[in-house]
Amino acid sequence: MTPGDTRPDPRPPAIGPEQVRHVARLARLRLSDEELARFTGQLAAVLDYAAELAELDVEGLEPMAHPLPLRNVLRSDEPRPPLRRDEVLEQAPAVEDGCFCVPRILSGEG
Amino acid sequence: MTGLPDGWEVVVGLEVHCELATATKLFCGCANAFGAEPNTNVCPVCLGLPGSLPVLNRRAVELAMRIGVALGARIAPSVFHRKNYFYPDMPKDFQISQYDAPINRGGRLELPDGTVVGIERAHLEEDTGKTTHVGGTGRIGGADRALVDYNRAGVPLVEIVSAPDIRSAAQARAYVAELRAILVATGASDGRMEEGSLRVDANVSVRRPGGPLGTRCEIKNLNSMRSLGRAIEFEAARQIAQCAAGGQVVQETRHWDEDRGETVPMRSKEEAEDYRYFPEPDLVPLEPDQRWQAEVAASIGPLPAERRVRLLHLLGAAPTPAQAEQVRSVVASDLDALVVAACEHGAPASLALARTANEVAAEPSSAARLDPAAFATLLVLEASGELATSQSKQVLAELLATGGDPAEIARRLGFEPMDRGELAGVIEQVIAEHPEDWARFAGGEDKVRGPLIGAVRKATGNKADPAAVGRYLDERRARGS
Repeated sequence: MTPGDTRPDPRPPAIGPEQVRHVARLARLRLSDEELARFTGQLAAVLDYAAELAELDVEGLEPMAHPLPLRNVLRSDEPRPPLRRDEVLEQAPAVEDGCFCVPRILSGEG
Repeated sequence: MTGLPDGWEVVVGLEVHCELATATKLFCGCANAFGAEPNTNVCPVCLGLPGSLPVLNRRAVELAMRIGVALGARIAPSVFHRKNYFYPDMPKDFQISQYDAPINRGGRLELPDGTVVGIERAHLEEDTGKTTHVGGTGRIGGADRALVDYNRAGVPLVEIVSAPDIRSAAQARAYVAELRAILVATGASDGRMEEGSLRVDANVSVRRPGGPLGTRCEIKNLNSMRSLGRAIEFEAARQIAQCAAGGQVVQETRHWDEDRGETVPMRSKEEAEDYRYFPEPDLVPLEPDQRWQAEVAASIGPLPAERRVRLLHLLGAAPTPAQAEQVRSVVASDLDALVVAACEHGAPASLALARTANEVAAEPSSAARLDPAAFATLLVLEASGELATSQSKQVLAELLATGGDPAEIARRLGFEPMDRGELAGVIEQVIAEHPEDWARFAGGEDKVRGPLIGAVRKATGNKADPAAVGRYLDERRARGS
């Protein structure tokens, strides 16, 4: 998948109910109107607080991908024992033929 | 179906997912193995269990860099991102991939016919689990449940994204064939499309030649060269028909249905394309230094283009179209070293190439065991006429199956190889017994050639190779003796 142009602006505008509804849908959360209003207010406050960072002068500084001063943390390509399958499948909601069995996908959605 | 209506051009860009030939997965020590029992190569990391942490596989990084070097890409500092989506093929609900900082940037791939296809990027990511839809109609939309095997989840992939430089289904196949040969030559992949080691998505659009790019559709599920070519031809025709009827192509993801021979839209929610990429906090940036990059570059052997040139040099004369195809296929199946070694042992290049491309390539499991010296000995026996072509092929089959000494195998099969001296003696005797025929032949009457060869064959109990006898007769006549 090639990247689209969906990266958020580093300084997002104040968040509104529509954006909160969108984000909630992406996270598969169903919000009541009351919750939507409450979380929109809370999220706006969090974003306002984070927006204080925008006041810092970062001219000439390289963007950081990670706060740790580390690069190239690697392991050798050596196999390690896997989990036992019966133990793995104990986590499954349903099991069939040694597989995790889940409800049908992409059928009549939307 | 081939060819497009006049006045239309198809524009194709390909995304090739290549499973890397590592021993273990990208972020954990589970085996990277095809065909194991479901869910037997899984651990807390690739199952996304709470508290587990990914650690990057050094070998996967090296193989990704090899691909970059072979494609002339720039190896750059890179970062991993989480690509978030809800689908049971990834138990974490995200896939770790590289987004705006891929390890390999830019590059080019030159096809055997000289066409250059630009490479935009070749980045590292983890593969997803395998879902099988069961019940109902068996199709994705009609199934009533899905079975998930996470053995493949976390297997290292490099996704190679081409520029939209491809202009036909045939060119798309040539691109994938050349890329596959490069991936095999660099040791990055086993290149087995039938096992899913190489998977292709095609971005297809149509336009008036020279006009602006049309709206593209992404075609998924192209698991063979045949599917790739058919899907592009179908999709181009579909889009042209839509445009010609005054309609518009809708940008969407479509699924290639091999049985029905058509692309069908994949149903997905509008928001499904919003992957909310953000940097993977559990992995630190990857910055291969110059020394590591140089080591990787030095570890790569000659690439397919160079290896084809080597074979063409051995052939000497300009290759026939059939030979050019043999050169391509021999290099793609990694058998060119056999041809080179056989030639070093004295085999004629064109014969070594033809036998390798056909008879040897047909037995891939035996090909690696074939002793180049014995192979060369056999080809010399054939070239000198001591074994007829059909006999030589039977000996080769034995040689591939069991090995051994070609002359000994020929004797066992009853093809007593005649040495040149013995054959010459028989021919001289036949000439002496048929003085009138010889006089007519020597005088230029070519129609006597066949009967003379027949007489020699009869005298040798059909052991003599007709071509060799003919050559002897021609040479003797040319000498005027």
